[in-house]
Amino acid sequence: MTVMNETGPSATTAPRGGQGERSDAGERSAMSYGFVAPYTALVIAFGVLPALYAVFLAFTDSEGGFAGIANFTKVVSDFRFLPAVAHVALYLVIWLVALVVLVSFLAVVVHAVRVRWLSRTLRFVFYLPGALAGASSVMLWLFVLDPTASPVSGLLHLLGFSSFVQVIVPANLPPVFAIIAFWTGAGGWIVIMYGALNNISPDVIEAARIDGATAVQIARRIQLPMLRKWISYMGIMSLAAGTQLFVEPQLLSQASNAVVPNDYSLNQLAYQYAFQQNDFNGAAAISLLLLVIALALSAVFVTRGGLFEKD
Amino acid sequence: MTTVDVRRPAGRGNSVSGWSVRTIIAVVVAIFVLFFVIPIVWLLLATTKSAHALIVGNPFQPGSLGDLAANWTQLFAFQDGAVTAWVGNSALYALGALVITLIASIPAGYAMALTEFRFRRLLLVLTLVVMLIPNTALVLPIFLELNVVGLIGSPLSVILPMSFFPFGVYLTYIYFSTSIPRDLLAAARLDGCGEFQVFTRVALPLAAPIVALVAFFSFVQNWNNFFLPFVMLPSSEGYPIQVGLTSLLASTPAFNPSSAGAQSVQLPTLALATVISVLPVLIVFLFAQRFLVAGMTAGGTKE
Repeated sequence: MTVMNETGPSATTAPRGGQGERSDAGERSAMSYGFVAPYTALVIAFGVLPALYAVFLAFTDSEGGFAGIANFTKVVSDFRFLPAVAHVALYLVIWLVALVVLVSFLAVVVHAVRVRWLSRTLRFVFYLPGALAGASSVMLWLFVLDPTASPVSGLLHLLGFSSFVQVIVPANLPPVFAIIAFWTGAGGWIVIMYGALNNISPDVIEAARIDGATAVQIARRIQLPMLRKWISYMGIMSLAAGTQLFVEPQLLSQASNAVVPNDYSLNQLAYQYAFQQNDFNGAAAISLLLLVIALALSAVFVTRGGLFEKD
Repeated sequence: MTTVDVRRPAGRGNSVSGWSVRTIIAVVVAIFVLFFVIPIVWLLLATTKSAHALIVGNPFQPGSLGDLAANWTQLFAFQDGAVTAWVGNSALYALGALVITLIASIPAGYAMALTEFRFRRLLLVLTLVVMLIPNTALVLPIFLELNVVGLIGSPLSVILPMSFFPFGVYLTYIYFSTSIPRDLLAAARLDGCGEFQVFTRVALPLAAPIVALVAFFSFVQNWNNFFLPFVMLPSSEGYPIQVGLTSLLASTPAFNPSSAGAQSVQLPTLALATVISVLPVLIVFLFAQRFLVAGMTAGGTKE
């Protein structure tokens, strides 16, 4: 579940420090260091240092000598690398399109429901699967996708699947992972979009209606454009999270007796480098590539998005 | 909360097409409701069935309490009570990290919002950037780092990285910078409170909602974390339940035919394990619904 996105475009700026007396200010700022010290230690230990160490490993060889970009050329030319990129890319395309289209649609519809309990129930129903994240939701979907036990086995048979192995042939995996990710994560975003829709002034909607706009026109011309910032936020965060694909193929690989390869995604490949080949430099190189993508996306958002207050 | 009427303005012509559009929308939404609900309902029912009934019976017919008890017994007998240990580990990791997260983030968010110090801006930008990175992106680098200091396999290798929760700091920062008037702090200072007392006596009592919110998000994220413990903990005794599920899965003949044997796990037992693995989070979700939705849109509802 993407937990990191429940914040809104709050526009206020933190009040700045008062111009107290010098000694006061001194005491205050000394105390401030005390307040932020434990967190700063964590930032350094688990944010800055690992990133720097990964950089160091990625550019050195196993003896610690400078290796230039040798590790990167090695992993990129690995025969498993490009297929992994293709798998992740295909999954991302399907997932992101589904997410943007369906979340916007469902949020607008739920927002248009007038009956309060119904609207609340719908949001809750969409949101609840978010409680099943990671391995638990994959496990649940293993059942759902296994025609012998599935609650929708009729549907699976209708689609021509009669065994679990048929369902998870590699060609089917990107949509399968997209469905799992959508099932788990969409509800949180629907609730966020719903909140954003509540921000649109009722006067604007009312004026449009008086002018004769239909509900569909209101959605297309007013609501969706006003959601654009949130939709792009959702897209960027989901893109960043999606590149990290790991649990889903890892569990499927295990459940399918390696019908799904254990180097299906980039993170799995990095894991293989670290734990099967004991090649920490190669693992660091892949991690660094993924980290740079995530960092770039997040930096674009912090500096350009205007969604977050950084005063 | 304002709601908007989907109904079209009266007096416009094509009301038939308006009606059919609404029907289509209603059907589509109903399909999505089923999509979100069926797996959960089915999973809960599956725990009450025997392996045979699960496969041949009506998927939505409840089983019996006897079968639930049998599944329960099988699950907790797995590898001499491994499941109990895994749930205990999950609790230890999630709660341990929760405590450290609160101790570290609440004062940090407070200081960043209401006090001045050097590097404040740097710390704020770092927090934002790391907050927006998927938390899996740093797992392998953290593994490589902790490997150097020899922490791999220890509970700390999971608890400490989980304790680093920039989103919690950000939430606290927003809360303190928007909800606590500075005058209140100034008044406390005039009354002779030291800086530490201003925090503990004035700011902290007012921060109960944000403490709860940070605690909630931290707990949910840590309990559900898979990749970090999967990488950090090589031995089965240290697994949290999320990783333990993979062991159960590997012992389920339905998915892994080579595993048939004395320790094999039946499908309903695996379903029960899945339910147990999410039970704490599910309970928190059910009881914290309103609070949760409020938190999710906390920023979004104010302009």
